[in-house]
Amino acid sequence: MSKKDTELKPKPAPESGKGFSRRGFLGTSTAAGAVGSGLMEQTAEAAQGAGGKGITLAGETEITLNINGQPRKVTVEPRTTLLDALRDRMEVTGAKRVCDRGTCGACSVIVNGKVSYGCTMLAIDAQGKRIQTIEGFGNHPVINAFVQHDGLQCGYCTPGMVVAAKALLDRNPRPSSQEILEGMGGNLCRCGTYVGIKQAVAEAAKELRGGRNA
Amino acid sequence: MTKTEYQVVGTRPVRHDGADKVTGRALYGADFQMAGLLHGAILRSPHAHARIVRIDTAKALAYPGVKAVVTAADFPPAPDKLVDFGEGATPLAYVRGNVLASGKVLYRGHAVAGVAATSAHIAEEAAQLIEVEYEPLPCVLTAPEAMQPDAPILHDGLRTAELGEKAQGRSNISEHFRHILGDSKKGFAETDVVIEREFSTATVHQGYIEPHNATALWNNDGRVHIWCSTQGSFVVRDATACVLDIAQSRIRVTPMEIGGGFGGKIPVYLEPVAALLSRKTGRPVKILMTRKDVFEGTGPTPGSYIRVKIGATSDGKLVAAEAYLAYEAGAYPGAMVGPGGMCVFAAYDIPNVTIDGFDVVVNKPSTAAYRAPGATNAAFATETVIDELAEQLGIDPVEIRLRNAAKEGTRRADGPKFKRIGCVEVLEAVRGSEHYQSPLEGPNRGRGVAVGFWFNVGLPSSCTINVNADGTVNLVEGSTDIGGTRTSVAMQAAEVLGIPVEDVHPSVVDTDSVGFTAVTGGSRVTFSTGMAACEAAGDVIRQMKERAAKLWETVPDKVEAGRGSFRCNGHSATFKELAAKVGETGGPVVGRATVNPRGVGGSFSAAIADVEVDPETGKTTVLRFTSIQDAGKAIHPSYVEGQMQGGSVQGIGWGLNEEYYMSRDGMMMNSSLLDYRMPTSLDLPMIETIIVEVPNPGHPFGVRGVGEANIVPPPAALANAIYRAAGVRMRRLPMSPPAVMEAIWSK
Repeated sequence: MSKKDTELKPKPAPESGKGFSRRGFLGTSTAAGAVGSGLMEQTAEAAQGAGGKGITLAGETEITLNINGQPRKVTVEPRTTLLDALRDRMEVTGAKRVCDRGTCGACSVIVNGKVSYGCTMLAIDAQGKRIQTIEGFGNHPVINAFVQHDGLQCGYCTPGMVVAAKALLDRNPRPSSQEILEGMGGNLCRCGTYVGIKQAVAEAAKELRGGRNA
Repeated sequence: MTKTEYQVVGTRPVRHDGADKVTGRALYGADFQMAGLLHGAILRSPHAHARIVRIDTAKALAYPGVKAVVTAADFPPAPDKLVDFGEGATPLAYVRGNVLASGKVLYRGHAVAGVAATSAHIAEEAAQLIEVEYEPLPCVLTAPEAMQPDAPILHDGLRTAELGEKAQGRSNISEHFRHILGDSKKGFAETDVVIEREFSTATVHQGYIEPHNATALWNNDGRVHIWCSTQGSFVVRDATACVLDIAQSRIRVTPMEIGGGFGGKIPVYLEPVAALLSRKTGRPVKILMTRKDVFEGTGPTPGSYIRVKIGATSDGKLVAAEAYLAYEAGAYPGAMVGPGGMCVFAAYDIPNVTIDGFDVVVNKPSTAAYRAPGATNAAFATETVIDELAEQLGIDPVEIRLRNAAKEGTRRADGPKFKRIGCVEVLEAVRGSEHYQSPLEGPNRGRGVAVGFWFNVGLPSSCTINVNADGTVNLVEGSTDIGGTRTSVAMQAAEVLGIPVEDVHPSVVDTDSVGFTAVTGGSRVTFSTGMAACEAAGDVIRQMKERAAKLWETVPDKVEAGRGSFRCNGHSATFKELAAKVGETGGPVVGRATVNPRGVGGSFSAAIADVEVDPETGKTTVLRFTSIQDAGKAIHPSYVEGQMQGGSVQGIGWGLNEEYYMSRDGMMMNSSLLDYRMPTSLDLPMIETIIVEVPNPGHPFGVRGVGEANIVPPPAALANAIYRAAGVRMRRLPMSPPAVMEAIWSK
């Protein structure tokens, strides 16, 4: 779909009993999601022009996101989540889509210094914010700690775990055992590697303090 | 077996794929990109049971951006036949029917049609424009209800295989089998105590966090290339070939990294649909499932109804036992009740046993394997009855198990006699553990133990090893790596070659590039593919001896090899030195092997659980948990511990929280990871592990597969702990707070 393809499309009325669709929801809530962004005027105008009710925007627009310190242009629909923009439109695939509901943490990214779920933020809402993804971590000690202490099994939750661990250590370089559990509590690992993860985070903290226990 | 000093086996090297996975660079199925890629979506049934009257795809096809729509009508006509992809023979019509429904939908979430479009959003929207007229039918959701004579029938053509004979008349029972050992009726007459209880367990999901995905390209030359996340690339190849009625040689499957499977990524769901869509469009088509699709449209593990009756003499000798197992297969036959029947009393030497198993279809998703499939349900029943017997007889729960533990020569009721097994050693490790020896104090607290068994399936594996001139080797295998098997297989090759494991570079390759290799399942990869790697390494050593003999002008038999060096008549060369000379001594060295081991030993596992039950809310908190398992020989002890922790965590989730919460009309009410509660780090203690090593005589290093047995005992161990904490015997899974509260109130 090209940028010029911004005409309004009638949204098919969902049949009863078909259940809740996340994309459908995001589609119908476009106007609300776009408020506060550069798209607001365009959205409001378009919605009015089409008569409002039962109408959704499928149009795309170009925005700029600050990813790992670099401004990057990307074309998104208003309903595109930050996660989908990263994965599907920017080839930044470290963050994984698992639950798409803000429950599992596999899509974790750091937004303005705070660990956030990429699936619960719209790409247009991420404009003007500092977004760090695992691709920008370089040789951060948390990476090496997860490799050396085997804080993984299948590896699918791992990038999210590493992001959560870095965010935790950024704000608390000396986490207690309980603080590690709580810091990682928003991330699900079905392989059950929590023992290795906890050890990896503790070792990364030690490494960041210069290898000292103190 | 004499104690052997190993150089690599038993150490804990860093995994070969560690850096890729930790940095997020590893490519999983959903990360796959390709020029011209179309995106697919699946339309799923809103009804648990309905006749499909009409499907009209016109509006969807007319939607801008839509390139193709497929339904079951697009499958090429093919006569029905039995097909077997390693998990038992099943009619092709069932495999096809589960990929895209034909005639009827049999569960909510059953795939009905597929759409390919220029974006995933458009494909999803277009799927909703497909008009399907349904004639809803009454549904049936549990095995006991589906077995009633007046129950709604799922398959008009299904006839019960009743003790090996085809029965007359329509039924939802696809099979009834019976195993008999001795005479249980007579046996019960000789006992002092008999306990009979009934149990039910809820449908639970494997919960692998990577949703299913598939990309297919049907090329102009008629060859099909599939990229997907699977436990068995050859299963995907062969199943897709059968469903599409094309030669298997026309399909090439490239397994991407796999984000968990636990048994659930063996069946095909999306691959044939993506292939059909690609054939229609001439472009690659990628389909990803949502989490809701995964819960509603892929195979969970069966819910079950179980009765277990066990009788013992006053000195704690088990004399007779009976089991009745009715498992919900979901929409199509194949509930894994067979292994349930083999495992239900496998930990015990009981002379008189009768086991009846029933495979029952119900209007829920067609079930798939889940880590020791069938065994956990059965052990929940057996192990809580054993606990009750121990209590009534005043015998320590570990002691009663030890007095009756299965050992080498014990015959299971389903026929086979055990070879060397480690049931006794595992139970002794429980008794001797610091955990079991330490007192548990405090109100509302209790400790429970349980033991469980699972097989170590053999099945074919192939491996090649290419020697590089720099003295390293490339190891090529077909077993997709779910939990570190690249490294545990590479370690075995390194041990045989006598080189560091860092010098072995393992690759999991596509189905065109390696010999047939069965699924990553049945706790078989470290065992079976490991054996293939050992033999391929042995083949390399044999050829390297020939090269050394050429250099030293002697015969290969006179060359001695060991620990990475070759010697003869005062000459010697390291593996590396000799590898540098393969060019001048005859060209590349490639070792190869295929294996298909049979009759191999299984693994026993036990669990000790300490819990605290809140009498006000019924919530169970796990205070301490230890998993004990016979690994035969732990190749990479950290990975063995990882499997034990993983099985324990999943077993705790199964025991305490997880279930398909179904409405009466067959809708799963909790199809998200928020409402389907899997344990996080905040729900669990750090799982402790004790590895027991009773070598498996069927493997060069004594390996027993460890992937599965560890999930078998946790729910029963928790039930026994809850009894001591709260005074209630839990006979239903999950033992969630409301269930425990109900039991406390009705005490």
